[in-house]
Amino acid sequence: MPDPRLSLRGVTKSFDDVQVLRGIDMDIAPGEMVCLIGASGSGKSTLLRCMNGLEPVDDGEVLLDGVDIAEPGFDLGPIRQRIGIVFQSFNLFPHMTAYDNVALAPRRVLGEEARERIEALFARFGLADHMRKYPDQLSGGQQQRVAVIRALAMRPQTMLLDEITSALDPELVGEVLDVLRRLRDDGMTMVLATHEMSFAREVADRVVFMDQGVVAEEGTPERIFSDPQRARTQQFLRSVAR
Amino acid sequence: MTRRAAYEAQQKRRANMIAGVSTMIVLALVIVLVPLAPGWEAVRASFFNGEVFVRVFPDLLRAFMLDVAIFAWSVPMIFALGLAIALARGNANPALFPLRIFGAVYVDLFRGIPVVLLVYLVGFGIPGLGLPRPWNSPYIWGTVALVLTYSAYVAEVLRSGIESIHASQRNAAICLGLSERDTMRYVILPQAIRRVVPANMNMLVALQKDVALLSFIGPVEILRQAGIFKSLLANFTPYVAAAVIFLCVTVPATRYADYLLNKDRDARS
Repeated sequence: MPDPRLSLRGVTKSFDDVQVLRGIDMDIAPGEMVCLIGASGSGKSTLLRCMNGLEPVDDGEVLLDGVDIAEPGFDLGPIRQRIGIVFQSFNLFPHMTAYDNVALAPRRVLGEEARERIEALFARFGLADHMRKYPDQLSGGQQQRVAVIRALAMRPQTMLLDEITSALDPELVGEVLDVLRRLRDDGMTMVLATHEMSFAREVADRVVFMDQGVVAEEGTPERIFSDPQRARTQQFLRSVAR
Repeated sequence: MTRRAAYEAQQKRRANMIAGVSTMIVLALVIVLVPLAPGWEAVRASFFNGEVFVRVFPDLLRAFMLDVAIFAWSVPMIFALGLAIALARGNANPALFPLRIFGAVYVDLFRGIPVVLLVYLVGFGIPGLGLPRPWNSPYIWGTVALVLTYSAYVAEVLRSGIESIHASQRNAAICLGLSERDTMRYVILPQAIRRVVPANMNMLVALQKDVALLSFIGPVEILRQAGIFKSLLANFTPYVAAAVIFLCVTVPATRYADYLLNKDRDARS
């Protein structure tokens, strides 16, 4: 296995008295697509937010290309361009057009206008006609695709995707998942928290089942979905299969 | 027309008729009863004298232009200072902690003092230091008093606007690699300022009225001009005329602020 892009070593995180992550160890290889599954509250979102330093971890290490970014006081600014994150609720800036949402960070952080590159991204994901619209003029699926483009415009090496289809109407989920398929084909390293089991089964290199703040079971999609070993995994998969 | 629409139209006609009749009755009572008051003739002669009204109105209007001018040059200073204070209070940098304290004290102080008192204290006190012309002008120090008071209010309104922007917006900006400063400037502030436009409109209406307080320290603006006419003509009608002029400005402005508030509420519900 090549050197991992991202490694977690004994990561713990509590909010007040609630321990959300209880010692997570994980390696993510370059180009790998990892799907995190598990019930709400199992720690999937928190884990993603710890991977880019949005939530500081209490203990343990988060190694990005071998550098511990979880070290207290570490300057996360330069790191954040290398890890894109997309949220369940899009979080587009409502006062800016779709184009400006995407162009703001390249302009301010990279110091480049990047117009052609950004227009190419919009075209690639089927939004060329919507660049000048404001977020509230777009459907949920379109907004979420803009949010993905916004993260991609910073040329990240890794993308973290936090239940990005959970807030969408069922008929809009497909268009966003298509975007992820294309990113996977590009070789993007991705960690995806999701409730879309059939999608995880189709595209993931590895599926990680989280339960109560620990990795309860992990493996290839075939193994996890066809032959889960742990009782908790079996129970969870039965409950979502209905 | 559907059955429901016909029913609602009938209900509406009925409601309009009741409202009309009840308004007529109240108006008739006022018109009949008020002149029956023993002092009515005297009040009408000294407050509602048509001749005096016509005579003083153009001069009052001219004096009101001074109020408008003071208002106009105060507003940019109020918003610039208010924004600076709001940002000073919101900063989390330990090195700038004194700035934060200053912001808090500033707001407490100038929101806590009645405007009229501040106009007196600043307007008479500072020129009393023996400043040379033109630095002893009541225009300058009166404006300073208004700016101090209103920037404190505007700072609080802006701060509430900044705090009303959901943390997810800030997170999204930070995760893109934007600095704290750029996040505030490009993401938080534009949304916050838009959100508090209605509240600031109300503030501007109040300011337009409070400009008249500068009459106490010298400038012959509309209130003072009305006072001069009152003494000259031994009649209170100039004050009524001044009130009419104020209303011509403040009523449309308040209605516009209400409209913005409603629009904002509708957009968010």
